[in-house]
Amino acid sequence: MPNLEHPAYPAADLLHLEGLVPCRESQVSTLLSVFGERQQFSFPSIFIYGHTSSGKTYVMKTLLTTLQLPHVFVNCVEYFTSRLLLEEILIQLQSCSSGTGQTSPVHCDTLNDFVRLFKQAVASQELRDQTLYIVLDRAEQLREMEANILPAFLRLQELTDRNVTVILLSEIVWELFRPNTGCFEPFTMYFPDYSIGHLQKILSQNHPPEYSADFYAAYINILLGVFYMVCRDLKELRHLAALNFAKYCEPVVRGEANERDTRKLWKNIEPHLKKAMQTVYLREISSSQWERLQHDGGEPGQLKGLSAHTHVELPYYSKFLLIAAYLASYNPVRTDKRFFLKHHGKIRKTNFMKKHEKTSNHLLGPKPFPLDRLLAILYSIVDNRVAPTANIFSQITSLVTLQLLSMVGQNDQLDGPRYKCTVSLDFIRAIAR
Amino acid sequence: QQIQENLNKQLLDNLVSFLSRSHSGFQEKTTEWTCRMKFREIPTAALVLGVNVTDHDLTFRGLSDVLQDNITPYVALLEAKDCPGIKNLMQKLMGQLMKCDIVVDSLEYEDCVQVSQNKIPCSMPSLISWYDSVTKKTDSETPSKKKNSSSRHWQSPPVVVIFKDMESFTTKVLQDFIVISSQHIHELPLVLIFGIATSPMIIHRLLPHSVSSLLCIELFQSLSCKEHLSTIIDKLLLTSRFPFKLGEKVLQVLINIFLYHDFSVHNFIKGFQLCIVEHFYSQPLSVLCCHLVDIKKRVYSLSHDQCENIRRLPSFRRYVEKQDSEKQIELLTNDSFLKEETEKLLEDLHVYHENYVRILRCLHVFTSSLPKYPLGKQIRELHCACLENRLWETEEYESSLQLARMLNKTDLVTMLQQCVEILMSSSGKEFDRAVEKLKEFLTQFQNLEEASQERDVSASPQKELQKKTDLYHLQKTLLELKESRRSKKLTKFEMLRFEVVDYIDSLVRRYLVPADERTLHEVVYFNAAAVLRGHLNAAPRTALHTALNNPHWYLKNQALRCDGGGISNKAPDICIVYKLHLECGRLINLVDWLEAFSTVVMAAEEPNADAASSDQVDDVIHARFIRAVSELELLGFIKPSKQKTDHVARLTWGGC
Repeated sequence: MPNLEHPAYPAADLLHLEGLVPCRESQVSTLLSVFGERQQFSFPSIFIYGHTSSGKTYVMKTLLTTLQLPHVFVNCVEYFTSRLLLEEILIQLQSCSSGTGQTSPVHCDTLNDFVRLFKQAVASQELRDQTLYIVLDRAEQLREMEANILPAFLRLQELTDRNVTVILLSEIVWELFRPNTGCFEPFTMYFPDYSIGHLQKILSQNHPPEYSADFYAAYINILLGVFYMVCRDLKELRHLAALNFAKYCEPVVRGEANERDTRKLWKNIEPHLKKAMQTVYLREISSSQWERLQHDGGEPGQLKGLSAHTHVELPYYSKFLLIAAYLASYNPVRTDKRFFLKHHGKIRKTNFMKKHEKTSNHLLGPKPFPLDRLLAILYSIVDNRVAPTANIFSQITSLVTLQLLSMVGQNDQLDGPRYKCTVSLDFIRAIAR
Repeated sequence: QQIQENLNKQLLDNLVSFLSRSHSGFQEKTTEWTCRMKFREIPTAALVLGVNVTDHDLTFRGLSDVLQDNITPYVALLEAKDCPGIKNLMQKLMGQLMKCDIVVDSLEYEDCVQVSQNKIPCSMPSLISWYDSVTKKTDSETPSKKKNSSSRHWQSPPVVVIFKDMESFTTKVLQDFIVISSQHIHELPLVLIFGIATSPMIIHRLLPHSVSSLLCIELFQSLSCKEHLSTIIDKLLLTSRFPFKLGEKVLQVLINIFLYHDFSVHNFIKGFQLCIVEHFYSQPLSVLCCHLVDIKKRVYSLSHDQCENIRRLPSFRRYVEKQDSEKQIELLTNDSFLKEETEKLLEDLHVYHENYVRILRCLHVFTSSLPKYPLGKQIRELHCACLENRLWETEEYESSLQLARMLNKTDLVTMLQQCVEILMSSSGKEFDRAVEKLKEFLTQFQNLEEASQERDVSASPQKELQKKTDLYHLQKTLLELKESRRSKKLTKFEMLRFEVVDYIDSLVRRYLVPADERTLHEVVYFNAAAVLRGHLNAAPRTALHTALNNPHWYLKNQALRCDGGGISNKAPDICIVYKLHLECGRLINLVDWLEAFSTVVMAAEEPNADAASSDQVDDVIHARFIRAVSELELLGFIKPSKQKTDHVARLTWGGC
């Protein structure tokens, strides 16, 4: 394990930092060597990528705060327009330079303004002889803003002529960012996923004070044994750990087992965790409901999950419309005559063939069909006569808004709108009953 | 009229109270949510409301009102059509929240908000700072004027954001919003409410796991709209509170629209209101449709013409014919006598309604538990059947009585008890005897219990049966048993059961007479189903077809009346063109069409024009033709086609 050491920073801070960012020592030391000393110019832009919850944001934040480097931290999802983003950077800059938190509203519409204001903000302060770090979290959003934003951030050092480093954090690789006009290539760095050992170590780190670390570590071990197959997301695992820990402790609290009795505890918790995997993890039932359940000790059977309520009540004709739409989507046009002609004797024969064809059609997905065909099929599958009233037509549009049908090619309403049926066979079966 | 307004108001009140009841459970839970914020989850309520989208507006308005009254002043309602992007969403959200704030806070705050509203960038931090300032303000200023408001809301009231129609929101907007707000959940207690029309699965379909893991979703199912309708019908039609009643056919039309088309209670109520308006508008005697207390006054203020109207009513004539001749003359000539009689009849009608409803409910208790529901599961079906014709003459009634004769004892007893309860609730003396009778039945059943031992003895042959295993013997004993059953006298219980059913039958025969056999039913019943259907079931295509095919229908011009299938040349150009186009195939040749058009038109102007001029079409006719064709195109019957030059494609087929 490489110990963090850097001449520019006090050893105590580094040690503290090392404690805070477990399993990321090598990345941190690389970063530190790239940063260099406080007053040294660093690489103009650094691009850090890695899978969800591999600690990118957390590492950057702790690194910058513990070493007390001047920095600005912005989430690009939150500031969804370039104007908001630039203004937020400037506001944060003001507060970090003046230190009092007193900010005045800034107006910054273009990047040109930004560079000017940025120079002002930096020049006036003691920031001049330190590297300023601008961290842009979720940088993939930058691609959707104006075209000049990303290249400008990448060479902000050059544009402003100040000691500044822009750090981009993202979940996708740099190759997807590169604009086709070309730009300055940042220093890229990869944060690998945590391994199971890492996860174990990180999760065990924040054990509740009333129990010993070993006890909690054993619990985490069991938890990972159950959940590691489906979930490697650190946040999610931590959430689950917190939710189920009370249950794990139950025998200890009741005095039936002591903290060392892992086997007994395991037997107690394992079925419970499996149940949790089926429900809470998929957000079938909410965590608060789960906690209440634990409290009452009731069976989760009485609480139906989200997907249990799949039944949809539809008006009589809407059902038929949907079925007609489904038939129109999945049956080829040429078979319509065979299926829907008035000969009742024939229908039974053809039903068998329909199944045969369906297998191939289902793999192809729904096909668009014109409104006329939908109505024609509707008339033939409904027993009694249906008047083409406005009600029927408005039902079609309401089905579209419910996302059960979708409109294809919205060029002209008069031009015979075409629809697609977006529901599955199971849904249709449930309705047709 | 004021009765009608009154009715509407009561209706809405009903609805709102109904909704608040269904959401009361939900409010309690919001309190719990705010306590547990330790995870970065946004508490979320998924409200499954069913597909009747038109009703949701009312539901949400009621919900937000209730929330504002009881929990938090900060409620924002968001609709998908206002929020195509995250920016619009934030703008809308902030606008709404700050406006709610104005309502709560005093006036002096108002202008300051309005000034800043234009400047504030629409982002979360500004929202948070606004929220902080507002909550702090309420904290510091509690003593004086805000005492009542802050005692109702707690210290940091949550901000409730309601997404009205979850399905129509674009995925990206929702995702972004959830991600952003989850970042700030510690500073801003946010609660989301999703209005879902289809099924909760939509959440999983719209949101990826990384986003939905930020939510703490609880599911709430609102009552299904069918139940909602039942309550409405129960409250509106099956009470004697409102004098206005719906005839059988009208009710059927309304219910059909509801069940077949839209499931919308809102539309049902609209239809009902239309009925009221139509009734008071078209029926001159509807003045008499009022509460019992007002009847006397109104009857005596009737003019002579109105008396004549009464005499002209078919039901009244039937009534007159039944009377003896002296009374007949008196009724037909003497206005004041007529008025007295009318008052009496109306009172009768009123009493009849009260009794009707009670007995209907009793009968419903019986029929709703029979297997296969010969008379329908819901009380509204029973109601329709009763209105339609004499219930006891229908086959379904026969079969249901048959089934009722086979009920077991416990069921029967509970039903009787229910009936007694229903009848007891009535104030009139009418049912005292019936109640007594039913109670008597009940006590007899009690007595039967003691006598049940005897029945055990009679059941002994069956025990014997179990012992015998030989097939032949079994068959023999079965035959014997059958014989003995047939000849056996009915047990006491069975006798009693027959008696009960017969008694119920007699009650039904007495009270559930269809309304149109009652005198003066026209006053309170609205029966013009055809009118209503015409108003509610719009058929645009059919209307267009009639207009173009038969212009006389709308223009009321005798000259336009055409007989048979011929094309009259006096009709407007567009009608001629339309009729000609009906005869064509998918692609229509414009030249042929023009030719046919000019032939028809010329036939009118100069019947004996010579053939020489016909190959050169008149410019005026040409222009008229082009105009008519472009009008048809505007109406969407044809469109220009690229397949063939000088052809247009037909867009409509039959179907009218």
